[in-house]
Amino acid sequence: MSSDTATSTGRAPTVYVPSSEALATVLAPGARPTRPSPLSASLTFSWRALLKIKHVPEQLFDVTAFPIIMVLMFTYLFGGALADSPRDYLQFFLPGIMVTSVVMITMYTGIGLNTDIEKGVFDRFRTLPVWRPAALVGMIVGDVLRYVLAALVILTVGLVLGFRPDGGVLGVLAGIGLLVVFSFAFSWVWTFFGLILRSEKSVMGVSMMVLFPLTFLSNVFVDPSTMPGWLQAFVKANPITHLVSSVRAAMAGTTDASAMMWIMLWSVVFVVVFGTLTMYRYNRR
Amino acid sequence: MSRRTTGLAIEAVGLTRSFGETRALAGLDLQVPAGAVYGVLGPNGAGKTTAVRVLATLLRPDGGQARVFGHDVVAEADAVRARVSLTGQYASVDEDLTGTENLILLGRLLGLRKPAAQQRAEQLLAAFGLTEAAGRQVKKYSGGMRRRIDIAASILNTPDLLFLDEPTTGLDPRSRNQVWEIIRAVVSHGTTVLLTTQYLDEADKLASRIAVVDHGRVIAEGTPGELKSSVGSGTVHLRLRDAGQRPEAERVLVAALSVPVQLEADPVAMTARVGGDGSDLDAAAQAARALGELSRAGIVVDDFSLGQPSLDEVFLALTDHPAVATEDERDDELEAAR
Repeated sequence: MSSDTATSTGRAPTVYVPSSEALATVLAPGARPTRPSPLSASLTFSWRALLKIKHVPEQLFDVTAFPIIMVLMFTYLFGGALADSPRDYLQFFLPGIMVTSVVMITMYTGIGLNTDIEKGVFDRFRTLPVWRPAALVGMIVGDVLRYVLAALVILTVGLVLGFRPDGGVLGVLAGIGLLVVFSFAFSWVWTFFGLILRSEKSVMGVSMMVLFPLTFLSNVFVDPSTMPGWLQAFVKANPITHLVSSVRAAMAGTTDASAMMWIMLWSVVFVVVFGTLTMYRYNRR
Repeated sequence: MSRRTTGLAIEAVGLTRSFGETRALAGLDLQVPAGAVYGVLGPNGAGKTTAVRVLATLLRPDGGQARVFGHDVVAEADAVRARVSLTGQYASVDEDLTGTENLILLGRLLGLRKPAAQQRAEQLLAAFGLTEAAGRQVKKYSGGMRRRIDIAASILNTPDLLFLDEPTTGLDPRSRNQVWEIIRAVVSHGTTVLLTTQYLDEADKLASRIAVVDHGRVIAEGTPGELKSSVGSGTVHLRLRDAGQRPEAERVLVAALSVPVQLEADPVAMTARVGGDGSDLDAAAQAARALGELSRAGIVVDDFSLGQPSLDEVFLALTDHPAVATEDERDDELEAAR
């Protein structure tokens, strides 16, 4: 970022005097360009997300440091107790912690949107004659890159610690693919909350309240067969459980067709229900 | 290209909008002729921002109707969006991005291809004196530069109607003048400007018509001159050489003009309303008589002027309360408007 600040030092500020000729040039009405396609508008908005990462690289902390800590912490915390060794536990646990970390990161979509709205830049976007969902789709597409990055970071840490997936490269890629598709769909829950809640803090609060039970009351950490019946019922219905099952299967080189079907179903439901609610709120504010 | 510069740019009838208990718009009517600056003047919390947000399609009204160039702001929002731009009270550009990136982003969203967007960005940055700051993040800009990049973003496609919501609030006098110059240039090229302001002199200087807004409705409308003459035709401002003579001067003026005289905070200054009802002389003749009486009484006058009442006085006369609102009201509106 040093190049950003360099221009402001060591030079006397020049006073701006509006020149009518210069203003006349820019004000002369040119031909109106044609309205961009929904795809082009969405991609432009995801370009904005990339630029934000470029200018505020600190925001990648949550997709790098946080996942590393999650993997290390739980592998060594539970590894000895729940399996013979951390390394053994990791074979079972890595797909689960990958899902947990990435799904937790989806909440930043809502926080980011809420901050944007707070700052007023969305007022500008909402007065543009473009395909309405583009700003949000672009934002989530930008976030998908962050999800991929987080998944790759976790995979790397896992491989270093001794995770050896039977599914090989293809199986691992398929697993990450499933996770990213689900996370894209799940992000629409947070865009909705990002729009209806008043502050960044309340978005954070609600996200945590939803995400903690959802990720912990699942098959991420332990085999649900040891849980009481009522909890098993919840775990079985939890979409995170289905997601973990299908990612685990893919990385192990098999397919869990029923879990996969559930994941696709959940993803469609999230996009349709929360995408619609989000756009309704977005248009109505 | 349909650059309409005749007819009405905005026609709003009975707009209402509430936020919980707060009634931000209580039946607002507005008719804004195309091709000029139209001032919407009012204290904080009067409903100006809410009105702009409704007219710019950002907020739906609870009741009433509004058309922008004939398009309904609710039913034909997209047609309205194609012809208007908004520079809000908040930075309506992305503070994390540089000036160039912001303009390219918006250019692309308006349908320009990348090279054209790049070229347009450079052109705008040059015209707004931001070439040197082009590569800097907007959050590092000064207040005046931020306003300029904001307005530059609003004229990427020269709009038919530009909303400027308190564009000079918080600016130093020089930046304020720069913004005024830009507004004049924008209007001279056929764009209609709806300017909200709480600065009475700003509306006076820029707007050809003014609507005075209070508690969510228009309480007076007209040219600046009409508004002023509706209150009284003139005000005499006096500055004496010797503060000790002021009580004597006040007596003389009251006797000569038979109107109340107001003593200013400055111990040598005083003002009197002239030319109102109940006098058979016009304002100038009354003022001349007052000056003559003062000189006969041996009171030395250093400075004398006869002017129209300020818009501040107009506001006071129209609303029975001065043009200031408490901070609470302001916060209510800002909060409510989001």
